Amino acid sequence: MKFIDEYRDAEAVKQYVNQINKIVTGNWNIMEVCGGQTHSIVKFGIDELLPKEITLIHGPGCPVCVTPLEQIDKAIELASRENVIFCSFGDMLRVPGSKKDLLSVKAEGGDVRILYSPVDALKIAKENPNKEVVFFAVGFETTAPANAMAVYQAKEQGVKNFSILISHVLVPPAIEAILSSPSNKVQAFLAAGHVCTIMGYEEYYPIAEKYKVPIVVTGFEPVDILQGVYMCVKQLEEGRAEVENQYSRVVSRDGNKYARDIIKKVFTLSNRKWRGIGEINKSGLTLSEDYMEYNAEEKFNLNDIKVDEPKQCVSGKILQGLIKPNQCEAFGTLCTPEHPLGATMVSSEGACAAYYKYRSKEKVN
Amino acid sequence: MNDKDFILSCPIPISDYPNVLMAHGGGGKMMQQLIEKMFFAVFGNEYLAQRTDSVVLNLEKSKIAYTTDSYVVKPLFFPGGDIASLAINGTVNDLAMSGARPLYISLGMIIEEGLPMETLWRIVNSIKEKADKAGVEIVTGDTKVVDKGKGDGIFINTSGIGVIEHDKVISPYEIIEGDLIFINGDIGRHGIAIMAKREGLGFESEIESDCAPLNHVVTDLLNTGIEIHCMRDLTRGGLVSALVELSTASGYEFVIYEKDVPVREDVNGACELLGFDPMFVANEGRFISFIPEKYSDAALSILNKHGEGKIIGRVEKKNNEGVTLASRIGTKRILDMISGEQLPRIC
Repeated sequence: MKFIDEYRDAEAVKQYVNQINKIVTGNWNIMEVCGGQTHSIVKFGIDELLPKEITLIHGPGCPVCVTPLEQIDKAIELASRENVIFCSFGDMLRVPGSKKDLLSVKAEGGDVRILYSPVDALKIAKENPNKEVVFFAVGFETTAPANAMAVYQAKEQGVKNFSILISHVLVPPAIEAILSSPSNKVQAFLAAGHVCTIMGYEEYYPIAEKYKVPIVVTGFEPVDILQGVYMCVKQLEEGRAEVENQYSRVVSRDGNKYARDIIKKVFTLSNRKWRGIGEINKSGLTLSEDYMEYNAEEKFNLNDIKVDEPKQCVSGKILQGLIKPNQCEAFGTLCTPEHPLGATMVSSEGACAAYYKYRSKEKVN
Repeated sequence: MNDKDFILSCPIPISDYPNVLMAHGGGGKMMQQLIEKMFFAVFGNEYLAQRTDSVVLNLEKSKIAYTTDSYVVKPLFFPGGDIASLAINGTVNDLAMSGARPLYISLGMIIEEGLPMETLWRIVNSIKEKADKAGVEIVTGDTKVVDKGKGDGIFINTSGIGVIEHDKVISPYEIIEGDLIFINGDIGRHGIAIMAKREGLGFESEIESDCAPLNHVVTDLLNTGIEIHCMRDLTRGGLVSALVELSTASGYEFVIYEKDVPVREDVNGACELLGFDPMFVANEGRFISFIPEKYSDAALSILNKHGEGKIIGRVEKKNNEGVTLASRIGTKRILDMISGEQLPRIC
């Protein structure tokens, strides 16, 4: 398949690995921000091809994993209500809340539906005027335009029985939080290609400059990731800290103007809690004043639901790259995809799930 | 079939009963009418003609294979097949995988009140067509009607009996080191066809289910004298689930060569889009077989006669490694069953 096969080509992979081997002299820690990249790395065994000097650290870019327990519990509360049709991307259904997950709510009779687009939820709202339709608006900058569009259309069309439960987070504040942490080990970033498809990469220049880190916008296929790693290593070896774009077949410096415009119109910056990490200043989005009536938390008065994160799950450390999934005491024993302690074990982009699916189930020290 | 054909051909007076009623399963005249005029009229054969509570079958003295499966697919009709093709081929294929020649099928239908009679008529005719194609007969059956809202249109259960006319043992315990792993065609089409239809995903070209009977290709393999150690059809859970089950049962490590696993471009595209791995997506007309290397040319030529044969892997040493994938880019990783259903990812 075009744009897939050539980026999974064994010969090209070998060439990039050789190139990296040729230029590397120091020990470097590079973080891939996006969970999609983490899965690709573990699935294709890319980290095992790299020289021992390079460590890939798995970042917080999995929207399912960073959605706080509190929001999951709010989703479960809403989905359990008699008059609510609760719509979500499929990935969220298995994520454990403090007592149960959305799949259990569905089994208990809740009307929980898997959708591919939030605009479909709006359609359901129009078809079911006597029901309240709530869409679980989760994600990074990638899903924000579609969620914004659904709310924008709802307002335009005067649909009142539609709202969204928001857990929208942003990549640059997370990168800054990691870089300003005293325990930070990350020396370069593979920025998330799909996020930059929407946002462009202008906003990474100040970060690269302030923290003196190379940031390379990178795609998701093995050749993309190796090329991104090569570009990071080259910068690190040459003492540069610049923003570069490996994923130029998809990403432009300005991103997608129309998508950014609709985000700006409907959403506004807000503080957000990140599961396992805590609250990060201005790290997310919420509906702007004009669209507040579509905010499910306000509409259904859910702001009182406050939940503490469980202590036994170390996903916060995993999401910050402080430990690897298979270094966790519970990995593969207490915590499995069937009985997850945290979201990183169930999301298709979660680092723990990737290690469990593609690697040995044994814990390493 | 269009509406006009249905009205002309359906033996149940359409104007009286456009939909199935509770009474059609109630044991009275209406049920009798449905059985006589629809089921017997379509399936009519010497076994049904016995009109006994249970059919009496005259099997030659031989080993038989016996299996059962239930079919609850939604939607009932999808590109490349329908619930009828699953109900016949699914059971036929389970028999074929034991090296049996499928002969007799039982048909249990649980119909939801209100199912359009036309839909039932289409399904019954489709069952007959698929049974003829597979060379099996419907020899006994049962009909129940459940309240509206208690079923998804129709659920079907079929059991099947097949005869084993050779003395080969075909089972996971026969797998040995050095066996090659064959497949009879591209994977993932059924799951994607159903998904696209169910979720209303409009792909540019329609992906059709691979649903097909496997007994003819298996008979050819057996008749040629090829030593088949084990066979398994790939259904829910896809290729990986079948491989993991057999690796666990046999105790051998299997190595699968990613580049040799056939996936059609449109299926691959749909999977990329949805975040699915085709190796876990359902099939209904695909099977893997474990055959010693010396028969590989003969096996491939038969598989190619019926479809598209391919060697996708090899049985390695007896150890606890399970199934490993030799990836396209030269790395190696484990292949394991997924814990639940594959759910579409967020982005």
